[in-house]
Amino acid sequence: MSQSSSHPSSLNIYTAIEANRRRTLILTASLVLFAGALVEVIGLALGLPAITAAIVAGIATVIALLVALGTYRSGDALVLSVSEAQATEREQYPDLYRTVENLCIGAGLPMPKIYVINDGAPNAFATGRDPKHASIAVTSGLIEKMSNLELEGVIGHELSHIGNHDTRLMLIIAVMVGWVAIVVDVFLRFTWYGAGARRRYQGRGENAGGAVLLLLAVVAAVIAPLVAWVIQMSISRQREYLADASSALLTRYPEGLASALEKIAGDKDPLDVSTKGTAHLWIAEPFKGQKSAFNALFDTHPPIQDRILRLRAMEA
Amino acid sequence: MSADNIVLIVILGVLALFLLYLWMSYNRLVSLRQRVKESWSDIDVQLKRRASLVPNLVETVKGYAAHEREVFENVTKARAALMSAGSPQQAAQADNILSGALKTLFAVAEAYPQLKANENFKQLQSELFDLEAKIAYARQFYNTNVRDLNSSIQSFPAVLIARNFGFKEEVYFETEEAARADVTVKFTS
Repeated sequence: MSQSSSHPSSLNIYTAIEANRRRTLILTASLVLFAGALVEVIGLALGLPAITAAIVAGIATVIALLVALGTYRSGDALVLSVSEAQATEREQYPDLYRTVENLCIGAGLPMPKIYVINDGAPNAFATGRDPKHASIAVTSGLIEKMSNLELEGVIGHELSHIGNHDTRLMLIIAVMVGWVAIVVDVFLRFTWYGAGARRRYQGRGENAGGAVLLLLAVVAAVIAPLVAWVIQMSISRQREYLADASSALLTRYPEGLASALEKIAGDKDPLDVSTKGTAHLWIAEPFKGQKSAFNALFDTHPPIQDRILRLRAMEA
Repeated sequence: MSADNIVLIVILGVLALFLLYLWMSYNRLVSLRQRVKESWSDIDVQLKRRASLVPNLVETVKGYAAHEREVFENVTKARAALMSAGSPQQAAQADNILSGALKTLFAVAEAYPQLKANENFKQLQSELFDLEAKIAYARQFYNTNVRDLNSSIQSFPAVLIARNFGFKEEVYFETEEAARADVTVKFTS
């Protein structure tokens, strides 16, 4: 770390890779343990004996671990198929391929696979566990609405995510957050049914302890996705700034990305293929016009105007 | 534990830290140097691809504009200089001259509508433009890596290791055009 503060670019990218590796580990470990703990609490709330609950929780932890490993290997395919991305050939989009190829040379990255999503909203994302297994997906709206220089800015941003190894972390987040949401949803239902059943069979007097645990379970079930989203949000924002800056460095033309972001922000088409689990993958917030104060709390991206301002400040 | 032992342990500890530092710095310099080599070969590949298209282009243009001899000579000369360039600097220089000569050639071609309509010519022209962009990007990546290596070698105390283990500063692949002001990018997180 001691060298050359005058050349922040590469240093920052390698530091970013290191930080991403650490975050990926911490996040995966805590999500796995979190899943186990959640199952334990809910099990106790359901009135299972402590030992049974612990065994079930152990099994859940192992399953979560397997899911994490599966995510690492094949999560990109999942994310791409959820987003309805189609694999493409060079002949279909020669200009797009040339842009990606040239920027890859500039960034020293291998050529990623290119997918196109048939959606009018201009947006894009990158995924893959490392630069050798990376994919870039762009919407048909992006290809139609962007000029060449704007497209370069967007692709540069996505390639930076790949180069910084952001894609691996984002992949794990996407699939794990999805899983936490599903698990919580399932248990929430079971808890209601379970509680109802117990009440019917046990009578009223002895159920105070059960009620407390039930409350705990509900709280945990509500908090779980919130925690997951907060994690998702906090790591995502810094990454976007860094990827914007790296893109500007790569294309030597910050205005390209700035004006692309402006176009994306001004576009009225909502992106149909995005879900909560994949929201943080896209170059810009995919949920438009459905914003509430509550949603703002869990923004996956920094305000787009702020990103544009920062990019324009680079040109001075 | 006597005072001697403590002193000994401290000395050994410091020595171990020093060796660890030496080892890490050395490895870092090796990987930086490796990256420069790899990115140079990226440029080299693109330069060779470009040079290999030139004779074909000259032949095609000759078919329509045989009397523009001077233009052909310049292009061919620049290509030969590029093929025989030894250092990145020479290569950059030759590449720059070739770019200029090709520009003249394409400007001349403007006067020959039949040539301009030739499919082969159009194909070559767009490939050469693309290669020019690729070379620019490859140069950018190479220069970034050279800059990283050089600034590591120059900074203290890595400079001591670099000197003793024969790490040398590398030359930028630079043309006049490349001297244009770099975009300043501030990283904030």
